Amino acid sequence: MREKDVPQDGGLNQGLPEITYAVAENGRYVGVPSLGWEPKNIANAQAWEVISEDINTQARLGRDGKRSPLAYHLARHLMTVGLAASYVRLPRWRVKRHLKPSVFNRLKPEIMQRYADLFGLTLAEFKQIPAAEVNLLDQE
Amino acid sequence: MEIPFNHRQSAHCETGVLANLLGHYGLNISESMVFGIGSGLFFGYFPFIRINRLPLTAFRVRTGGIMKRAVKRLGVSIAWEKFRSPEKAMAVLDQKLVDAVPVGCRTGAYWLSYFPRRYRFHFNMHNLVVFGKQNGSYLISDPVFPEPVRCPHADLMKARFARGPMPPKGRMYYVTHVPSQPDLSGAVRQGIKEVCRTMLKAPGPFLGVKGIRYLAKNVETWAQKMEPREAALRLGQVIRMQEEIGTGGGGFRFIYAAFLQEAAGLLNDDHLQRLSERMTEVGDLWREFALIGSRICKQRADKTETYAALAAILRQCADKETRLYQDLLARMD
Repeated sequence: MREKDVPQDGGLNQGLPEITYAVAENGRYVGVPSLGWEPKNIANAQAWEVISEDINTQARLGRDGKRSPLAYHLARHLMTVGLAASYVRLPRWRVKRHLKPSVFNRLKPEIMQRYADLFGLTLAEFKQIPAAEVNLLDQE
Repeated sequence: MEIPFNHRQSAHCETGVLANLLGHYGLNISESMVFGIGSGLFFGYFPFIRINRLPLTAFRVRTGGIMKRAVKRLGVSIAWEKFRSPEKAMAVLDQKLVDAVPVGCRTGAYWLSYFPRRYRFHFNMHNLVVFGKQNGSYLISDPVFPEPVRCPHADLMKARFARGPMPPKGRMYYVTHVPSQPDLSGAVRQGIKEVCRTMLKAPGPFLGVKGIRYLAKNVETWAQKMEPREAALRLGQVIRMQEEIGTGGGGFRFIYAAFLQEAAGLLNDDHLQRLSERMTEVGDLWREFALIGSRICKQRADKTETYAALAAILRQCADKETRLYQDLLARMD
C-alpha cells in the first residue's frame, strides 16, 4: 500500500487513528495514522449487530419474565456464564440457574451484590432491565 | 510521580510495548524490527477453536511469543512477576514507579476505561507500559493510542486481574539488562528463518501457507453449505482478524515488509528490498480479499465477486507467499 492510499474513511474509530504501514513517495516504509477503512467498518458493524441483537433478545425475555435481569447484563457485558462464574467465584451451574427469574428473585443479597459489583452497578440498577432498545456503540 | 518516557504509537500492542521499553534503555529499535526479530508473522486457520462462536483465524504467532523470542535474540533480560493478590500487584507496581522503572503490564482489554467501546472485548493479552501515577490515576503508554493516557487505579487493577481464557493474573515485566552492542544482524537472520520454516513446513493442514489454502477451501464451501448470513459472519470474522486488532494492515504483511526493508539495509542485501516489495504486493492482495469480502457481507457485491472469487485470491496469496518464503530462506544460508 502507498502512503497516499492509506484510507481515512472514519467510522467506528471515533476519531482515534490507528497505525497502518505504507510505502512513502521515496520508497521507504512509514507508519501512517489511519482514521478507518470501510471494509473493516463493515466487518465490525456486523459483529456488533450480532451482539446488539443478543442484548435486545435477552432484554425482551427479561421484560416478559422468561429470563432474569442477569441474562440481560451478561449479554450487555459480552459475558458467557463461565466467564461471569469465574468473576463472582461461583460454580458455573449456579450462575446458570440464576438466569431463571424464579431462582434469581430468591437470591441472597450477598450474592446479588457480587453481581452488581462485577457490572459496576447498584443493587437497584442491577435488578432493572431497560425498556428501550439498546445499542452499545451509541453509548460512551 | 512521572518517569520521562518516550511514547510512540504503534500498530500492535506487544511489539509497540517492547520497542518503547527498549528505547527507554537506549536501544532504539523500530516496532517492525521487533516484529521481525520476534518472528511475528504467521498464518493459521482453526475451525475447531471458536471465538464468539466463530472459527479462529490468526495472522500472528501466539501472543507473548514475539516478545519472548525478540528478547532472547537481542540478549535483553526482562523480569516477569505475577500475583495472587490484586492489592499486592498494585503495591509492587507503585514501588517500581518510585524506583523510576517503567513497567509493562499484561491486561484484559475489557475493563480499560480509556478504550472506546468497540475495543472492549474480553481479550486478555493486551500490553501497556505504566510510567507514572498522579492523583490516583496511572499514566499509561498504551502503544495503540496516539498519546499517553490515564487510567484510574480501580480500572487498571480490574484489567490486570481480568478473568477468562489466559488470565493475566497481574503479570508485569520490566527490563533489567540491555546489551550495549546487540547482535542485530544475527537476530534478524534467526527471526526470518523461523518465520519461513513455520510458514512453509509446519505440520498439518491448519498452519502456514497450507493453512491459507485450507481457508480457501473452507470459504468455497461456506457459500454452498450455509445460510448467507452465517457465511457472511464467518467471512466478517476473517476480515476483522486481518485488519482489526492492530495488524498494521493486510494481516501484518505490511509491517513485515517494513521489517524486510530495514533488514535489507542492516544486512546490506539489496535482494531483501525486492522481497520487501513482493511482501507489500501480498499485503495488497490480502487487502483486496477484505475489500471484496466486505462487499459480500454487505450484499453489495457484483456478479464476479463471489466466495469462489475470494478463494481464488486466497490461493494467489498462498502461492505468492510460498515462493517468497522459499526465496527468503535461500537468502539466509
